[in-house]
Amino acid sequence: MPVVPEGGTERPADDRLRDELAGLDALELAATARAGRAGRLWSATWPKLAALALVLLAWQGLVWAEWRPRYALRPPADVWDALWANVADGTLPKAIRITLQRAVLGFGLAVLIGAGIGAVTSRVRVVRSAVGSLITGLQTMPSIAWFPLSILLFGITEQAITFVVVLGAAPSIANGLISGSDHIPPLLLRAGRMLGASRLSLYRHVILPASLPSFVGGLKQGWAFAWRSLMAGELLVIVENKPSIGQQLQFSRDLNDGAGLLASMIVILAIGIVVDSLVFGVAERSIRRRWGLVDGAD
Amino acid sequence: MTAPAAAAISLDGVSKVFGHATSALPALDRVSIDVAAGEFLCVLGASGCGKSTLLNLIAGLDAPTAGRIGLEGRAGLMFQEAALFPWLTVAGNIELALRLRGVARPERRARALELLSLVHLDGFADKRPHQLSGGMRQRVALARALAQDADVLLMDEPFGALDAMTRDLLHTELERLWQDRRFTVVFVTHNVREAARLADRIVLLSSRPGRVAGEFPVAIDRPRRIESPEVSSLAVEVTDRLKAEVRRHAAH
Repeated sequence: MPVVPEGGTERPADDRLRDELAGLDALELAATARAGRAGRLWSATWPKLAALALVLLAWQGLVWAEWRPRYALRPPADVWDALWANVADGTLPKAIRITLQRAVLGFGLAVLIGAGIGAVTSRVRVVRSAVGSLITGLQTMPSIAWFPLSILLFGITEQAITFVVVLGAAPSIANGLISGSDHIPPLLLRAGRMLGASRLSLYRHVILPASLPSFVGGLKQGWAFAWRSLMAGELLVIVENKPSIGQQLQFSRDLNDGAGLLASMIVILAIGIVVDSLVFGVAERSIRRRWGLVDGAD
Repeated sequence: MTAPAAAAISLDGVSKVFGHATSALPALDRVSIDVAAGEFLCVLGASGCGKSTLLNLIAGLDAPTAGRIGLEGRAGLMFQEAALFPWLTVAGNIELALRLRGVARPERRARALELLSLVHLDGFADKRPHQLSGGMRQRVALARALAQDADVLLMDEPFGALDAMTRDLLHTELERLWQDRRFTVVFVTHNVREAARLADRIVLLSSRPGRVAGEFPVAIDRPRRIESPEVSSLAVEVTDRLKAEVRRHAAH
């Protein structure tokens, strides 16, 4: 059935233009095929599983070859048993809870402080030349070197740990925001100004969102530094009645408990990887996909 | 309201020099142009004629070294690249323009969809800019410029990076919008045929520094086709003048 255009006032030339544009649009938008969800999951997972299997095999090989005394280097199966025992008697869940509380507190403070410093430093030229290189310098400072001072200032307390975690993570986060606003295409700034954005609304609507990928990169790096600082702190600053993962690690060494020690290390590694890939990895990928910075297949 | 023939843009002896003293680089030299309200002006020139500088000055993104610039109303600017914000959807880009202009939130979405429909992009509102082709992105940029409710549309080689067929369709699209809405256009290009296809008047700029080197009124009936003999013969005439200008630089 022929469709009668509503009102019938549209000129035929307009119709033709619309059809020509629509045709050209359809031709230029090539269909992008994406692998199914299951397929993508599998292709992302199997290399990791294979790598894990290789590591376990090498480890077991070293044990079989009796490279070190058995009590020092325990086989994967013993470590697995120790891990389960720690989970079953509740010590590991409790330790993980306390450690993660510290991580969240320290990292959260670092985000607030780092983002604040980054925002001011990137926009105010005087501040930039005053502390810009200091921030980068702080990044290279090993966090463990802060602990003597931190313990002197705060004693053997939670604050001593938080202090160093914040110092470890905040510079990376600040730097992420600074380099993000350094690398905005000038054309986008011009476009923003042309749309009538004032200094403040330009920051809010253009500079801040344009810095997002770099900021998330800074958060990811900041998390890695925070996690390292926290582990160093928990080894050195053992707060009473606060069993943590780092503390477990230290106690295992004191007791020559090789299996427990490796079990704690595996937990530390696993938490680091899980947070990195599930929180920051997912955020990073979703930004890259939305901005069109990845090929459709990724 | 201004009278029909009133100047929307008036440039009076406008000069622009970049740098200082010994390293001074003159970009524009005593340029005087009046653009009538509702006029479609094409500015044509070879490399180094200061075309983009001219638009920046009119847009108020930069200040002239000497001379006076008058602009009636609001100016919107389009670039060779669409310059859409990649973190926003297609509709979001237009809504931001509306927001910065002070349009209330409930109205924005509907206005954005209306503008997208105007450039024949119904159904693409929730796509991301990178999911569109170059021609479609330029149409979104056009819709965004229209969202500013600009009285003057400044266009800096907006179709320069597109293929011939897409460009051809966008000429028709732009001409249609301009005829419906009667805004003033200053369209910078180095493509002579494009200028002859679109303009009411062509201003030729010389290079280094940019000076007005000639004016060509275009009295060809609309709608025009870029292949038509009238457009072609005007293009030949203008090209000859442009080449003479370029030859002048070989002698230096």
